Amino acid sequence: MNLAYRDVRHNLFRFVLTCLGLSLLMAVVLAMIGIYNGLVADALNIVKAPQADLWVVESGTQGPFAEASKIPGSTRDAVARLHGVAEAGSITYQTVEARHAGDTLRLYVIGYEPGRPGGPQAIAEGRGITQTHFELVADRQTGLVVGDRIRLGRNSFAVVGLVEDTMNSGGDPAAFITLPNAQILQSQLAPPAQRIQTARGAGLLESADTVAAVIARLEPAADPLGVATTVRQWKHLGALTQAEQEAILIGSVVDRAKRQIGLFLGILLTVSAVVIALIIYTMTMEKLKQIATLKLIGAPDRTIVSLIVQQSLALGMVGWSFGLILILLVKDYFPRRVVLEPVNAAALGGIIIVVCIVASGLGVRAALKVDPATAIGG
Amino acid sequence: MDEARRPLIEIAGVSKHFGEGEARVDALRDIDLTVRRGEVVALLGPSGSGKTTLLNVIGCIIAPTVGRVTLDGELVYDNRALRGDLRRLRLDKIGFIFQFHNLLPFLNARDNVALVLTLAGRSSAEAQERALELLDYLEVGHRKDAMPAVLSGGEAQRVAIARALANSPRIILADEPTAALDSKRAGIVMDLLRKLAAEHDACIVAVTHDEKIYDRFDRLFHLRDGVLEDQEEEAT
Ligand SMILES: Nc1ncnc2c1ncn2[C@@H]1O[C@H](COP(=O)(O)OP(=O)(O)OP(=O)(O)O)[C@@H](O)[C@H]1O
Ligand SMILES: [Mg+2]
Repeated sequence: MNLAYRDVRHNLFRFVLTCLGLSLLMAVVLAMIGIYNGLVADALNIVKAPQADLWVVESGTQGPFAEASKIPGSTRDAVARLHGVAEAGSITYQTVEARHAGDTLRLYVIGYEPGRPGGPQAIAEGRGITQTHFELVADRQTGLVVGDRIRLGRNSFAVVGLVEDTMNSGGDPAAFITLPNAQILQSQLAPPAQRIQTARGAGLLESADTVAAVIARLEPAADPLGVATTVRQWKHLGALTQAEQEAILIGSVVDRAKRQIGLFLGILLTVSAVVIALIIYTMTMEKLKQIATLKLIGAPDRTIVSLIVQQSLALGMVGWSFGLILILLVKDYFPRRVVLEPVNAAALGGIIIVVCIVASGLGVRAALKVDPATAIGG
Repeated sequence: MDEARRPLIEIAGVSKHFGEGEARVDALRDIDLTVRRGEVVALLGPSGSGKTTLLNVIGCIIAPTVGRVTLDGELVYDNRALRGDLRRLRLDKIGFIFQFHNLLPFLNARDNVALVLTLAGRSSAEAQERALELLDYLEVGHRKDAMPAVLSGGEAQRVAIARALANSPRIILADEPTAALDSKRAGIVMDLLRKLAAEHDACIVAVTHDEKIYDRFDRLFHLRDGVLEDQEEEAT
């Protein structure tokens, strides 16, 4: 007969309650991992969305995500003419605050040239932008629906389509508009001083037709590094391959969040380990008299050790599974995307098993030391 | 030696003290005691006189400071422990009955008894069957599925006795086995123990304060300050 199971069954309510408490802790740990994964996935989505091979940006910058980048709109034609480039498109990025349904809505506005690289990939609902004037495709996270109208700057945009999972690394959902519209918006939202200058006609060249980057898709045979080298020879321009762009994004933008969450995760795991150890230790301490009785009637150490270790493993595994179920149930209600890979859950499971075994070591030590005479008393 | 009178417990020159110096307590002083097959003996004496300590020495729960302990013909202590695996010895040869039944609270009556049988190496089915036999024999078979918490004092004590007897031990040690029972039930339990000792060729050493059951013992041993004072033969 399995003593661990019998004891758990006898105190089932308490065991389940303890497991529930533990599972909440596990759920928080899993949520933390999921939020981190989501952060990386979201940040990369924006970079991956244009399906570019090469990013042409302002020289000396790591734009357009990690730093501001500003290049003349005419760059696109020059890039498109390069040997090995299949197609190229200009693109702008800006964060805009708009009002919708009485709430302030932060949008990550992406201006692109319809028919060229840079537009939304999969339209989840509605259609893509077909007219040059004031149409908008938004991420579903904005809460906008097809047919809505929203004011950006001095113009009202019609929502014609929705996409999913497109947002910047800060979590602001994306909104796609045409490049000319984006440039108008840029000038309307520019700081007052610059607007005055623009009105006077100064710096016209800079403000009239600038973009953040030009993205290029290469012909299958072309070498991205070679094309990038060519671009870098031009004055004022820099070039990043897609891989470099992703590395920069993860390195600069995501890195701090990663360390922040990583530290928090470490603290959480430590707390969990201490809590598990405490629970298992007190669980054993409460049973000391029964353990003394077991010794007295002749039970070998093996019986006593397996009682403690099995119970602590059961506690850890049930807590872990409840936690996993819990997080899978609630993950869609988080404001940011929570992405859990099976390997994350498995890793946590592995850590919990180790913690449980180490923690039961404490209990086992106390149990093996207990004098069988304490069972008699008096 | 006459097989029927063979000693099961032989204690010779056993002393036990706890602590050293100022804190030294001499719990047992130079005890000699022999208990033979089928004998039912009582340990009497005021609180702190060393009764539990002596029982623990016989049960191999604590080692004597000096002296020899021989159980069922096997020399277990000779100024030091001679046997490594005392728990196995307890499992095979010694049955304990405690003042408070000390049943495992998470096992029902039947499994409490079956546990010691499986620990001794019986198959689960065999253990369950024998456990039920024992409970029936002690007239608590109808409570086989009850958890210890819901058993009455007398029922729990009988289940505990069934557990003590499960592996047919030669030596049954009982520390105030009837303290939790009224005198009528105490008498019933003692009669039962006598019957068991006779049937199993076992001996019983019981600590008791209960004068009403003195007549159930073959011999009474009085302990005072760790010294075994005199032995009374009870005329039965
Ligand atoms: N583990 C121990 N450490 C120190 N002293 C002990 C220990 N066990 C018993 N003693 C002391 O040894 C003496 C005898 O104790 P014991 O428990 O054998 O008495 P007892 O006759 O069973 O008493 P009671 O009738 O109250 O149960 C007491 O003075 C007790 O304080
Ligand atoms: Mg005592």
